Amino acid sequence: MAQHDDGGTTAATGSAVVRSEPPVAKSGTAVVPTNAFENPGLPPHRLRATDLDPQKDRIAERRVYTLFFLSIVGSVFAVAAYVAFPLVPGDTNSVRLNNVFLGIGISLGLLAIGIGAIYWSKNLMRGDEMTESRHPTRGTEATREQAVEIFKLGNKESGFGRRTLIRNSLIGALVAFPLPAVVLFRDLAPAADPVPQLKHTMWATGTRLTHDPSGTPIKAADVTIGSVFHVIPEGLNDKEDRLEQKAKAAVLLMRLKPEDLKISAGRESWNYDGIVAYSKICTHVGCPVALYEQQTHHLLCPCHSSTFDVTNECEVIFGPAARPLPQLPIAIDSAGYLIAQSDFTEPVGASFWERA
Amino acid sequence: MTVTETKPAAAPTVTETITAPVPSRGARFTGAAANYIDERTSISGLVKELGRKIFPDHWSFMLGEVALYSFVVILLSGTFLTFFFQPSMAVVTYQGSYVPLKGIEMSAAYSSSLNISFDVRGGLLFRQIHHWAALLFIAAIGLHMLRVFFTGAFRKPREINWFIGFILFVLAMAEGFTGYSLPDDLLSGNGLQIINGIIKGIPVVGTWISYLLFGGEFPGTKLVALFYSVHILLLPAILVAALGAHLLLMIINKHTQFAGPGRTNDNVVGVPIMPIFAAKAGGFFFVVFGVIVLIASFFTINPIWTYGPYDPSPVSAGTQPDWYIGFADGMLRLIPPGWEVVFFNHTYSFNIIVITVILIAFLAIVATYPFVEAWITGDKREHHIAERPRNAPTRTAIGAAGVTFYAVLWAAASSDLMATHFKVTIEGVIHVLQVLFFLGPVLAFFITKRVCLGLQKKDREIALHGYESGRIVRLPGGEYIEVHEQLDDYERWRLVSFNEHQPLVLQADANGQISGAQRTRAALSRWFFEDRIAPATKTDLERSSEHH
Repeated sequence: MAQHDDGGTTAATGSAVVRSEPPVAKSGTAVVPTNAFENPGLPPHRLRATDLDPQKDRIAERRVYTLFFLSIVGSVFAVAAYVAFPLVPGDTNSVRLNNVFLGIGISLGLLAIGIGAIYWSKNLMRGDEMTESRHPTRGTEATREQAVEIFKLGNKESGFGRRTLIRNSLIGALVAFPLPAVVLFRDLAPAADPVPQLKHTMWATGTRLTHDPSGTPIKAADVTIGSVFHVIPEGLNDKEDRLEQKAKAAVLLMRLKPEDLKISAGRESWNYDGIVAYSKICTHVGCPVALYEQQTHHLLCPCHSSTFDVTNECEVIFGPAARPLPQLPIAIDSAGYLIAQSDFTEPVGASFWERA
Repeated sequence: MTVTETKPAAAPTVTETITAPVPSRGARFTGAAANYIDERTSISGLVKELGRKIFPDHWSFMLGEVALYSFVVILLSGTFLTFFFQPSMAVVTYQGSYVPLKGIEMSAAYSSSLNISFDVRGGLLFRQIHHWAALLFIAAIGLHMLRVFFTGAFRKPREINWFIGFILFVLAMAEGFTGYSLPDDLLSGNGLQIINGIIKGIPVVGTWISYLLFGGEFPGTKLVALFYSVHILLLPAILVAALGAHLLLMIINKHTQFAGPGRTNDNVVGVPIMPIFAAKAGGFFFVVFGVIVLIASFFTINPIWTYGPYDPSPVSAGTQPDWYIGFADGMLRLIPPGWEVVFFNHTYSFNIIVITVILIAFLAIVATYPFVEAWITGDKREHHIAERPRNAPTRTAIGAAGVTFYAVLWAAASSDLMATHFKVTIEGVIHVLQVLFFLGPVLAFFITKRVCLGLQKKDREIALHGYESGRIVRLPGGEYIEVHEQLDDYERWRLVSFNEHQPLVLQADANGQISGAQRTRAALSRWFFEDRIAPATKTDLERSSEHH
């Protein structure tokens, strides 16, 4: 504490530095002007109408107490509105009326107090400005010396600086004692490793593609060219962890003219007669990519405008996403319903450290 | 004070009571009550210390007050909401009064939020009061910070209080976000999905932080309960502590005041706490509260019943976060496609890493600015006069650049809405904003600096040559001139009372060396103070009047 670096000992009290005047603070690069204007002092006080005219003073007084009485009226009105405007189940208009009239009463009760008090202070309370002097924020030299002395005494009486092994072991103990907190939070999440869960979805060989949210299966014949379906795997709605599974397994199904699709090697059998299925979960930060532009065959994420080109295997053509939407390989079963050939061949949704 | 008067010797008091008029019953009761409390708390010392403390007045000083009062409103309305809200993600079937959602499966949190809105009288009002007050809280903090920044009110001895204020700002945004997520509706769930995606993009620890936060895979069943604890206990406790420190330091440092006649660096000119400031500030609390309630009675905010319960699949176009998160969301949109690499079997999501780094850097600059400026100027004096922004051109220009930077990101958060409203392409809007991201702050810096210097020049001219009186006089020679009137001393003082800085001159230290830090400081100092206008002095005035 308070290491005086600039000496200047004036009294012989051992090594303690005693000084009566605080050091003058450096002004740094600020220019202290030599022949500056002098502060002209406070301008003469101008009296208000209420100071000069007793009539105005009485009017102001009347206004203040009228406002305070008005506040009482407002608060009572609010209580009355609470009773007079009950909520009728199924009638949203009753909610609106309750909200508005209760609110008007409460705000009148509050505003009238506030405006009254401010009006009172501005017109009836003392009107001139007063001056108070400031003192340097730092303690006086005497106080600071006493503080230093207290620390020295504390050090001397405890031997904190001298008994170094006690001091250092204490510091070590204080650093170590919060350590349990680091492990204590582990059980916020289940014991299982998150990475395998992130890499797999509910889709498996033969899982039927069904409508979101009804869960009814989709026949390939019902998917006309230009249409788009929001799809979930069959059986999702019966799952205990429905939302967690849906957050990974949601799919968009579209049918394009087969000649419009550019298909890379290895994916030739992933579509069925121009019907393609892609993960609906954006590869940027995981929003549902819900907007489909039929004319251009673009999928647009409403969150951050990432745009994917369905004709080109959902390649990113605009926006902050870094990877194409994963494609779900599909086929049809013997009854003509669309099924998945397998799970996605790569993790869906936002990237993560262990993804690769 | 009555309390202290009862202390001295008993005898004279007895004789006095015979002659003096008997105090009224009310006064006797107040005196006795005050005595009772003081004898047990020594509170008279506090009253003596603070009761007549002077507070300076200026409209811009109310911004911090608005923040404080809206926080009180948040505490009051939030406490009411806790009596009805169920922080649970257990699945229930909705049976409340709102017909369109009847029979639908949803979390208890969403169901109870609907009940607050439709089955609790005044519940919707208090939900809206809470939300509007939260928006006002953050807006007022932001404006308060800008006021403090642009007037240099963060200078010594208030650097620490600036930092505490910054912590409050961050806490307020965290409170906003956790609160927004509690109703577990479709929009808030989408916001959480985005946060989840950002967290997962953090190298090494991202996956695990997300896993712990959501108690397993997103969305999980634990987040609302976790956020509820954080929102109503952990963050408010820290916020109240930091707020207490903020106010305590404000009292210790005393409030700054604007330059003006009679106001110096060594005094405070204003009104005393008792009674004027107390009446004004107390009244203002009721006004702020009243205005929030009035807004909440007439304007819907966050109509969660129209969004439906959270489901990871649907989303509506034009989704927007609450405005104060917009700048972070906007930055996400400005990253071009494809910023991700796989390196040694690990995925580096630069579309996330870059924005996280920029965001942290921006906040770090805001948090540490007072210390940096103090280092550059080397000014160790206390400053209690709030500067006019024009009198610190470089600082004001830095502030304008920062505001522009924030505004560009903020605009980016609404890029899709701008595109649809103005019938332009989303790509076009994003590309313009990407350019403005770099160019905007630079332009704002130079324009603001020139404007400040121009205003200072004008001030100097008016201080020395007076103002244009509008009176045109024809001289005997036929020439027309406009007569300039000199300012009076009070008005002139407002224009000339500021400090000028000179750029730091590099000097070798005792070893004849110039350190790198010193060189940096000198360069920054030149950048700050190379262009400057000196305040007019008496010598200047004398010289200029000789010319006329």
